[in-house]
Amino acid sequence: MDNLQLLTYIVVGFTFVIYIGIAVWSRAHTTGDFYVAGKGVHPIANGMATAADWMSAASFISMAGLIAFLGYDGSVYLMGWTGGYVLLALLLAPYLRKYGKFTVPSFIADRYYSKAARVVAVICLIFISFTYVAGQMRGVGIVFSRFLEVDILTGLLIGMGIVFIYAVLGGMKGITYTQVAQYCVLIFAYTVPAVFISIQLTGNPLPQLGLGSTVTDGGGSMYLLQKLDLIVQDLGFGAYTDGSKAMIDVAAITLALMVGTAGLPHVIVRFFTVPKVSDARKSAGWALLFIALLYTTAPAVGAMARLNLIETIWPGEVAESQPLAYEDRPEWFRTWETTGLIDFTDKNGDGLIQYYNGANPDFAPIAEANGWEGNELMVDRDIMVLANPEIAKLPNWVIALVAAGGIAAALSTAAGLLLVISSAISHDLVKNIFAPRMSDRGELLTGRIAAAVAICVAGYLGYDPPGFVAQVVAFAFGLAAASLFPAIIMGIFSTRINREGAIAGMLTGLIFTFGYIVFFKSSSAAAIPENWLFGISPEGIGVVGMLLNFGVAFTVSRFTAAPPVHIRELIEDIRVPRGAGDAQAH
Amino acid sequence: MSQQQKSRDAYWTANLKIMAGCLIVWFIVSFGFGIFLAEPLDNFQLFGYPLGFWFAQQGSIYTFLVLIFFYAWRMNKLDREHDVHED
Repeated sequence: MDNLQLLTYIVVGFTFVIYIGIAVWSRAHTTGDFYVAGKGVHPIANGMATAADWMSAASFISMAGLIAFLGYDGSVYLMGWTGGYVLLALLLAPYLRKYGKFTVPSFIADRYYSKAARVVAVICLIFISFTYVAGQMRGVGIVFSRFLEVDILTGLLIGMGIVFIYAVLGGMKGITYTQVAQYCVLIFAYTVPAVFISIQLTGNPLPQLGLGSTVTDGGGSMYLLQKLDLIVQDLGFGAYTDGSKAMIDVAAITLALMVGTAGLPHVIVRFFTVPKVSDARKSAGWALLFIALLYTTAPAVGAMARLNLIETIWPGEVAESQPLAYEDRPEWFRTWETTGLIDFTDKNGDGLIQYYNGANPDFAPIAEANGWEGNELMVDRDIMVLANPEIAKLPNWVIALVAAGGIAAALSTAAGLLLVISSAISHDLVKNIFAPRMSDRGELLTGRIAAAVAICVAGYLGYDPPGFVAQVVAFAFGLAAASLFPAIIMGIFSTRINREGAIAGMLTGLIFTFGYIVFFKSSSAAAIPENWLFGISPEGIGVVGMLLNFGVAFTVSRFTAAPPVHIRELIEDIRVPRGAGDAQAH
Repeated sequence: MSQQQKSRDAYWTANLKIMAGCLIVWFIVSFGFGIFLAEPLDNFQLFGYPLGFWFAQQGSIYTFLVLIFFYAWRMNKLDREHDVHED
């Protein structure tokens, strides 16, 4: 075992000890503890936990890499995954906290006075959460297998074991306090390499400012983004700060991600855990503050990693002189080659790494004149964060930290998702539909069993993901945007939407979005922008699903009986903060 | 209509107004400056950032943050004004 691996084991092992320690300290005693942490979590702690819950393996590992290769087009993730918190804080969180029950389907069932609505909501919730959690377990497996050199199955089993201990024992209470610790680990692991790299390139320790600073270029200096624009265009790529997606598609994807964020059950349920309505509003702000620390750093990490990568491959004048010889490739290149995340094929047989945009027809004559026979380097986007410290030649402890951060991000999100799945099953299905006379202890036990089963299913999905898991983002967000979000919003802001309208709306949104994504993701011929509805890609189609949901719900409600009087009173009551009550001190 | 009902309706209308104001700002910085107007704004520079690009990758996030804290503060005030606050 080399020095790096030993360090990684120590750092990751240390974080696991902390997580388990917290789980034992914060065991759940009642269903209130298990579902909503007794509603006694401080808004700042809840903000941190929400941030860890929210920032998944995708945020930590993949997002900066996505931005690095998409440039401006990557903004959809930055705005989409943060703008949703404005919707949450303004439109959902305070009212759902006032309503004061345990789960999202409970709200929908009460507001629409219907068991059928509850079942539809549970189906939406389970579908959204399982697609999402499978991706997390996969992330856990990948981080384990790369950094600890165990195989993916062993990695998955270790990850499942850890989540099992604190989710099953501690429920929401255990998860919340573990997530606070996980947030600290992941934000430290993300920002430390970013600060180092920002100093190396620009001399500015804040990556957010470094991205707008100057870098040395030959003798003089120029702005980092200006230089990046120039060198990527020299290699036949589009300018970094310009987009290539259609504007309507960019807007649709951004909106779908925002609305989807606000409609994700594992995010919404976090706002059930704070003591007061005013805390729910504030807590969304804290959550976004903690999320923004990572989300404003990510674009800097992406741009700087792209610059570092290109300058490594093209040590001289980009595209004018000779690129790096394969023989002379750096150490990190060799390590990551074994994982298949970076791959070199010597197409013209000259032993040099010609890295450029081989798919650009306008650039082909230049490439041909230089004797290049296609792009020879394949770089997986995930490498941009995982290998970043190595590319920037940072010390080993920073690399070990990134491993711990990636695992923390994946585990915290997985735990949050597993909890909403188990509470939807034990509280909404078993307690409220099949066995209404079950005791609190019986329900707590059912919740624990459901969590354990959900972990096993998630582990299996992570080990052997069905094809659709690759499209987790499109699915989970699109479905949340098209099904749960409109039902909740209409439940709060309209007194006229009734049971029939809500159920018809949810089903329409769900089926339309599901069908559109499956159709366009499974047939390659249909995956051409010309065939898309209004030019909106499957990633952004949740917006159309949402509009359909609203439209159908309004129309159906107009032609059926208005909701009964006690529902009107319920709505009036959730609109004012006073009387929220029942918090428990921890 | 009872006095309490009137006061509650006034509270709700005031809330909707504040909410609408915040959502307009939310829309302008992200969809307006960050997407629809990004190209013309890119002709201006904020340090090394083209302005439209800055709004899309940094500025909109900072604005969201300010919006949420503003709304929380403003609503606490409104809750007390209409005597519907907790405790």
